[in-house]
Amino acid sequence: MLAANSGIRLAVTDRGSSLADHYRLAAGIRAFEGMLLDQFALGRIGGTTHTCIGQEITAVAVTAALDRERDCVFSNHRGHGHFLAYCGEVFPLLAEIFGRPDGVCGGRGGSQHLHWRNFYSNGVQGGSVGNAVGVALAEKTKCSGAVTCAWLGDGTFGEGLVYEAMNIASLWRLPIVFTIEANGIAQTTPTEMQLAGSLAARCRAFDIPVEEVSGTDLAQTLAAATRAIDAARAELRPRALISHAIRLGPHSKGDDTRDPAFLQAAWSHDPLAALRREVGAAADAIDREITALMHDALARADGAVP
Amino acid sequence: MSQDTTVLASLNAGLRAALAADERVIILGEDVLDPYGGAFKVTHGLSAQFSDRVLTTPISEAGIVAVATGLALRGFRPVVEIMFGDFLFLAGDQIVNHAAKYRAMFNDQVRVPLVIRTPSGGRRGYGPTHSQSLEKHFLGVPGLWVVAPNSLGDPGELLRQAIFAVEDPVLFVENKIGYGEPLRAAIPGYDIVRLADGSAPFPTLWLQPQAPADGLLVCYGGMTSFALEAVMRLREREQLHVGLVVVSQLAPTPGSHFEAVLRDNVPAAVVTVEEAPAEGGWGAEIIATIEQIRDSRDLVPIRYRRVGANRTAIPSARSLEDGVLPQVDDILAAVLDCF
Repeated sequence: MLAANSGIRLAVTDRGSSLADHYRLAAGIRAFEGMLLDQFALGRIGGTTHTCIGQEITAVAVTAALDRERDCVFSNHRGHGHFLAYCGEVFPLLAEIFGRPDGVCGGRGGSQHLHWRNFYSNGVQGGSVGNAVGVALAEKTKCSGAVTCAWLGDGTFGEGLVYEAMNIASLWRLPIVFTIEANGIAQTTPTEMQLAGSLAARCRAFDIPVEEVSGTDLAQTLAAATRAIDAARAELRPRALISHAIRLGPHSKGDDTRDPAFLQAAWSHDPLAALRREVGAAADAIDREITALMHDALARADGAVP
Repeated sequence: MSQDTTVLASLNAGLRAALAADERVIILGEDVLDPYGGAFKVTHGLSAQFSDRVLTTPISEAGIVAVATGLALRGFRPVVEIMFGDFLFLAGDQIVNHAAKYRAMFNDQVRVPLVIRTPSGGRRGYGPTHSQSLEKHFLGVPGLWVVAPNSLGDPGELLRQAIFAVEDPVLFVENKIGYGEPLRAAIPGYDIVRLADGSAPFPTLWLQPQAPADGLLVCYGGMTSFALEAVMRLREREQLHVGLVVVSQLAPTPGSHFEAVLRDNVPAAVVTVEEAPAEGGWGAEIIATIEQIRDSRDLVPIRYRRVGANRTAIPSARSLEDGVLPQVDDILAAVLDCF
């Protein structure tokens, strides 16, 4: 039933991939999210979704630094980018969101509840961070050498379980990287209205080494993620990586209450556009390739269930 | 039946056997290490023997259950101890929205074989926040088994079953004063029928009087000894022959077991007995189950009563606590009210 061999997938990247390959994946995630918002606007998808427009580079760079054969990923409500960066499986994800039986979870999970090999996600803030620590304990106990990547946002730091999880991870020296996407906003509440102190200081309070990067810079984020993952694996202890990147799209669908002037300024610094400029002439062909791929995915999702 | 003398010893032996039988079993909980061995000593002696698989944790109920859920997702069979059942709500989101949900929402592609053990119930003067029986709030959660041992069965074997025989999370509710009860393999004057099947694998024990039953008591866990005492007194003082159904699978409701109980003999009265307030409780679900069977088979009407605690916070003073929690006299009164 599962469309594992749909062929409608994005090529994933690793530490040695070219800039063009990273761009293809990031642009593919952007195109996927845009397609979803269009389909919601047309009333062709029900329920809810959370897109990661503006944050694609963090997903691509961090996941490229993982060892997909053994490392585990625990994602959150805003997880399409994490998922596609992990496995590239465009059609099974789209089919899942369309509620089809050939979706990655047969339509039962939907946008926020995905599972594929070592990738898991859950839509409750903070809860999956504790599960990720358990996965890290399992892999350490098995001596598998796996690192677990736990995705959380700056808004997630309002949840107490985050601190229980960080405490246990540090206390028991577990190989986990807390990957924090600081997008500056929790649904509609700006970070400065919901967070005291600093994210980094909160990590350091648990003796977890932390590095902060601009999630708009692929090379910088990939380098920092590589350091964090390698250290977690080698030293058997947690690391934290804070990636700053503004969420350019809405929290969910058409619910963006931010000042249009702020958004306009943010879009003028769209990190994907900057990456595209770096890629140069090859970007045109890549964009056409992605457009065709999304078209194929949508056509297939529109088609009959096998 | 195990050779152990008390519920506590049986549970302890069950955990020890599980650790010895399978390296995937990991125990996590607050203060579970020796020499303390847990607040109620259920894990006593285990860390000395299995030091790498008995983990003492911070005071983080949600965190412990979250970590155990992650362990279970990746192939382990964790057993968590929540020190008091009153603290279950601290882990409530993990139980309901994570552990119990993953199998279904990931389309049956994962399993979460996790056991959450917790001592619950009162009668020790621990007061409003350390004496409750909160398990009724976890009944009916899809994907979650709720199981309670009792002194008529084999608590250690029931725990082994919870750890190994099912692939989904189990809330395993122990009773604080029940720990000290001796195991009772037989009750003179009664036949004990064991009911268990594929849909309801955790056994119900049905004590049948050796004369046609006038009525039926239905209970679980720590109320078993109270219900048993009531059965004896009703026979001696009132010449009423009352059967006793002791359930260990609280959820999903073991409907097939009640089909069997009603097959040959319809009692004139059914009285459910639970330690929590009966409103919105386990007994209501049992009565609904029995009544549905009775109605669908067009059997004679049954009179129903529920026995439970008063609807108030459990007082600390023992004398006041006794007035709030259900006693043998409350069971007798409920039964006699039906006749």
